[in-house]
Amino acid sequence: MWLGESAALGRVSTICLRISKHSLNIWPHISTVRKALYEKLMMIIFMNSSDSEEEACNERTSLISADSPPAASYQDGLQAPEAAETQTYRKRRTGGSCSPSDADGGNSDSGIPVREIAVDDKEEELTLKYGAKHVIMLFVPVTLCMVVVVATIKSVRFYTEKNGQLIYTPFSEDTPSVGQRLLNSVLNTIIMISVIIVMTVFLVVLYKYRCYKFIHGWLILSSLMLLFLFTYIYLGEVLKTYNVAMDYLTLFFVIWNFGAVGMICIHWKGPLHLQQAYLIMISALMALVFIKYLPEWSAWVILGAISIYDLIAVLCPRGPLRMLVETAQERNEPIFPALIYSSAMVWTVGMAKQDAASRSLTQQTWDSAEDVREIHDNSAYVESEISEARSPAPTHPTTSLLEDLEEEERGVKLGLGDFIFYSVLVGKAAATASGDWNTTLACFVAILIGLCLTLLLLAVFKKALPALPISITFGLVFYFSTDNLVRPFMDTLASHQLYI
Amino acid sequence: MTLAVFFGCSFIAFGPALGLCLFSVVREPLRVIILVAGAFFWLVSLLLSSLVWFIAVKASDPGDEPLQKGLLIFGVLFSVLLQEAFRFLYYKLLRKAIEGLVALSEDGCSPISIQQMAYAGLGFGLMSGAFSMINLLADALGPGTVGIHGDSQLYFLTSAFMTMVMIFLHTFWGILFFHGCETQRWWEMVAVIFTHLIVSGLGSRVRQAPSQDPEGPSGALSLSCSLPALPALWCCQLGPTVAFSAISFLFSVIGGPPFVPAGGRCPGAPAARE
Repeated sequence: MWLGESAALGRVSTICLRISKHSLNIWPHISTVRKALYEKLMMIIFMNSSDSEEEACNERTSLISADSPPAASYQDGLQAPEAAETQTYRKRRTGGSCSPSDADGGNSDSGIPVREIAVDDKEEELTLKYGAKHVIMLFVPVTLCMVVVVATIKSVRFYTEKNGQLIYTPFSEDTPSVGQRLLNSVLNTIIMISVIIVMTVFLVVLYKYRCYKFIHGWLILSSLMLLFLFTYIYLGEVLKTYNVAMDYLTLFFVIWNFGAVGMICIHWKGPLHLQQAYLIMISALMALVFIKYLPEWSAWVILGAISIYDLIAVLCPRGPLRMLVETAQERNEPIFPALIYSSAMVWTVGMAKQDAASRSLTQQTWDSAEDVREIHDNSAYVESEISEARSPAPTHPTTSLLEDLEEEERGVKLGLGDFIFYSVLVGKAAATASGDWNTTLACFVAILIGLCLTLLLLAVFKKALPALPISITFGLVFYFSTDNLVRPFMDTLASHQLYI
Repeated sequence: MTLAVFFGCSFIAFGPALGLCLFSVVREPLRVIILVAGAFFWLVSLLLSSLVWFIAVKASDPGDEPLQKGLLIFGVLFSVLLQEAFRFLYYKLLRKAIEGLVALSEDGCSPISIQQMAYAGLGFGLMSGAFSMINLLADALGPGTVGIHGDSQLYFLTSAFMTMVMIFLHTFWGILFFHGCETQRWWEMVAVIFTHLIVSGLGSRVRQAPSQDPEGPSGALSLSCSLPALPALWCCQLGPTVAFSAISFLFSVIGGPPFVPAGGRCPGAPAARE
């Protein structure tokens, strides 16, 4: 998996529900493309262009290779669940855009057409049955990411201090009047969203003109910065908080190993759990940077605006992400997820053998919006570039033997942008809710239920849906209502020791 | 306050629920979803009842103490009724879900039965307990002395035990309520609502001087009577569940109120946070 740095907004997330091996050909996708622009402002965004479903199986076997375009395909040994339908199915999947790709700096949610092949009742039941498992497979990483972010926010004071703003949110919120502050936050949001749209369009243009190397390089630089620089800052702040001394040699050793293994795991091959852990860490780091550098009101307005943008971009036919996907379809290239969290279910025997044979059938497309983050200690602004990468879809294995060996369904995929924005919401709730844990809990439950509902809608409608709007809406509603209505009520109840 | 207080209170309050979850919920994805959805429904009911209470408080005179107390009691009762209403709504939703699952399944059997779906009660209870207890636990980690102004020193302990009891009670109420809805026995549903109102209304009594001997015995009795209900729960035997929930309810009635300090103000926790 390629880890590309891109604006927070320019992230594509896809949720693929894989159905089990019994010739399940339902591939609903939920894809949301985050706006690269947002991330561009601050952090590196990982662009996940969701890939076809095969990725999930391959990644499970830790043979996910991220190769440059001329090299073999990105994913190793992805096995199609069903050998029989593989060929035709593969073609269909390849043709269609399975993975949305993020335009540079733009968040676009691409709707990925769901391919349904031979759906019968059995498969529908399997969909629902496996739907529950897939929901849990997404609950766990999302929960882990949020736990990391909330734990950091509550303990490390650095991420709640105000040390300047991004250049993409130039209007300060220090004004005394409420109207002025609201106006400033709305203006900040407009600037953010515009930058994201511009970046998305730029990414589409890059992709259209096949500047794969450029995008590829951009992505690598972005992930380098994220894995090394941001980790260094994070580690420094944590050590400061707990007053632990560490010499530079040890620090260099730790950071170097962490970053190098991260680059390898994310961009080349690595054990699945390690890869997942790195992706969660990276999402948490980016969310923390967003929490730190976005002014309060702007953050909430931006969250709301991004969900609306997500909704529009996925469901309207003229969105840049949709164009991206259609271009990929025309070229018969699968769009690879640069940054997608995937969780496969079963270790498939013999997958390794397939990799060599089944790879390199598709080109890789590289879109990257690179973010270079320069941190000036004394300056108030941080510049960052976002890079997004999309890797080509993996090839499809052909052996039916291996399919027989496969046991259960493939994993699910969710774009890292979703992780980041969910964590930003919960982290902001933890940071700014008057020291109240109830608000954080309420937002957490709301986001989980939103994710569950989104997956349910996906299973019902069987077409691409954005993953952000429902969860963020629930989260925002619960944040404001819990902070303003429930907190005084619960405090009064607690002081009288009343239990309801 | 020390880490011992923090860990002790958190395990008192959430230990049994954690055991329930670990042993019966986490292995089944559907049950986890039902649990989280139950928590969500409780949250929504709390939100609406807080809204009503908030409006009532804002519309009234803040200096009028008896009025504020009355409004609080009204808020509690309204919240209880709304919670039960949402429990019923959740039951309806789960019925529809079961029908959907049955329709999709191969052999006409649903992968989850309505008794197991009464784990929704556990979701209600967990959320209720979390909202009552988490802020106290966070304060228990910080500096301070409990009861330094003459209030009860057992505030954290009593809160932990009451939270545990409430989690159990919500779980049992969930089972009873769903069973009542399934078999059209309205008296079960009325009993659930009635006992819920009683337990929640207990705190409104004017307290005497704090008892010297702590809630230890009462809390322990509460706990020990709730415990046998758990295997009954697993077997989904209604009779034992009813019996044990009644006993634990009784002990919460006996054990809870005497330990609220005189004057109805409890030390520290909300003030410390402000």
